[in-house]
Amino acid sequence: MFAESDLNARNKRVQGLFRMLFLMMTVLLIVPVAIILFTLVSKGGSVISIDFLFTNPTDGMTAGGIFPALLGTVWIVAVALLASVPLGVAAAIYLNEYAGDNWFTRLIQLAIINLAGVPSIVHALFGVGAFVIFFGFGTSILAASLTLAIMTLPIVIVSTRESLRAVPQAFREACWNMGATRWQTIRRIVLPNAISGILTGVILEVSRTAGETAPIMFTGAAFFLPFLPQGVFDQTMAMSLHLFVVATQVPGVPEELPFGVALVLIAMVLIMNSISIAFRMYLRGKKKW
Amino acid sequence: MVNPNTNLNVEAEQVPVAEEAPVKLEINDLTIKYGQHTALKGVNLEIREHEVFGIIGPANAGKTSFLKSINRMDTFDSNMSVEGQIKFNGLDVQNLNNIYALRSRIGVVFPLPVGLPLTIYENVALSPRLRGINSKSELDIIVERCLTRAALWDEVKDRLNSLGSLLSGGQQQRLTIARALSQDPDLLMLDEFSIAVDPVTTMRIEDVLKELKKDMTIILVTNLVQQARRLADRTAFFLENECVEVGNTEDLFTGEVKDQRTRDYVEGKFG
Repeated sequence: MFAESDLNARNKRVQGLFRMLFLMMTVLLIVPVAIILFTLVSKGGSVISIDFLFTNPTDGMTAGGIFPALLGTVWIVAVALLASVPLGVAAAIYLNEYAGDNWFTRLIQLAIINLAGVPSIVHALFGVGAFVIFFGFGTSILAASLTLAIMTLPIVIVSTRESLRAVPQAFREACWNMGATRWQTIRRIVLPNAISGILTGVILEVSRTAGETAPIMFTGAAFFLPFLPQGVFDQTMAMSLHLFVVATQVPGVPEELPFGVALVLIAMVLIMNSISIAFRMYLRGKKKW
Repeated sequence: MVNPNTNLNVEAEQVPVAEEAPVKLEINDLTIKYGQHTALKGVNLEIREHEVFGIIGPANAGKTSFLKSINRMDTFDSNMSVEGQIKFNGLDVQNLNNIYALRSRIGVVFPLPVGLPLTIYENVALSPRLRGINSKSELDIIVERCLTRAALWDEVKDRLNSLGSLLSGGQQQRLTIARALSQDPDLLMLDEFSIAVDPVTTMRIEDVLKELKKDMTIILVTNLVQQARRLADRTAFFLENECVEVGNTEDLFTGEVKDQRTRDYVEGKFG
């Protein structure tokens, strides 16, 4: 009764083949990541030390540490977040909780999708025109951060909307039925249950912001500065641009230095991503429905 | 009596007890549409204070849409449109400038319990908080009173701070009722509340409703004909997007009906 027919055998063969194919694709994904990490650690690991992280570059950037660039990236990311998170979260709340489905919201939707598709070098030139020249911020942390904020705004809006959407509509309606206003419902029911997803999106935005080079190189990041930034109107060094500079622009840099810089940059991003994942798992464990 | 020509109002006048009570809800020529689809048309009836008003009928008869129109849930669904007039305490609900106040006077219980993602305590304390009551001692009193009235207090008094969603289905439905009561409503609307509840719990909730009737008006939508018979003073029969008839509940069951379809439904010949 359960004897294997030719058709069964063929189905099993085909199924095994596809399984193998998908597995190979998955493994292929890991390979580049593994090679990058291995190369960076093996070639740049030797330069990493506390001194490397916390001293200035010396000898025309061919020796010394990366502290101004590290601090500059922290500055740029922090200011970019201050601008993009309130704006993006507010826009997402409006789009998901208040806006009806009409031509206006569809237009905004389209704008967000297009904003996400604009190449970063175009954002850079926009930043120069708008923030550096028109608003008169000069090449500064503020101009660079605002440029990055506009570039990453779609990430914040889309991820926030997704987490708001994940809160069941029945909760909202139950709350409205008790006479709650939209805002009362958002504050007491929707936001507390969407906050984990929103924060995850923000952390992902951080890692994106930290790694960008083009948008900051014309708007606020400097080739080399002998001092640390004192405020948002100063220029600053940044990790991503510093890597570009030591890797291609300065003669006589020892081979392991650029790898060390890249390793620190990628470690920053990986740490942020790990925090994001850990945080999401923690909050998911506390999920209330 | 806006529509003396319809037999619905004539029927209502034959109910002596209900007639003396003031009108809580007056429905005139109510038609509800979802886009092009008509969910309910030409409904005329009135609901008196402190009565349990049953609505029976098969699925897709327009029973839930009827409830939705009363507390203006049409504002949640841009596809839903309501024509006609609904007067709650004499006020036209379509033209209220404060629908939040209207909704806070009306408790709603749905077929499947919607436990808000909050603790048991906060589920019941939410509505008072929305009204601006923040003192812990006042909230404690309200929470205990509402849970007691919903016949749930004894089962949950030791774990008020655990999540409402961890309760069993029947307990969650009673939590929903407690939450509705925390609004201190004039009108309680129950939409097939027993669909996900075991028979024993159903009987407990029915006993609760008999008590609550002293303090509020209750609209009970049910597809259990016998439940309407046990609880409702008057009952409306909805069929195919129309209100076929409204009558004293006992009359429907003793065969004193105007429409053959009502008799057939009550006797279980269809539906």
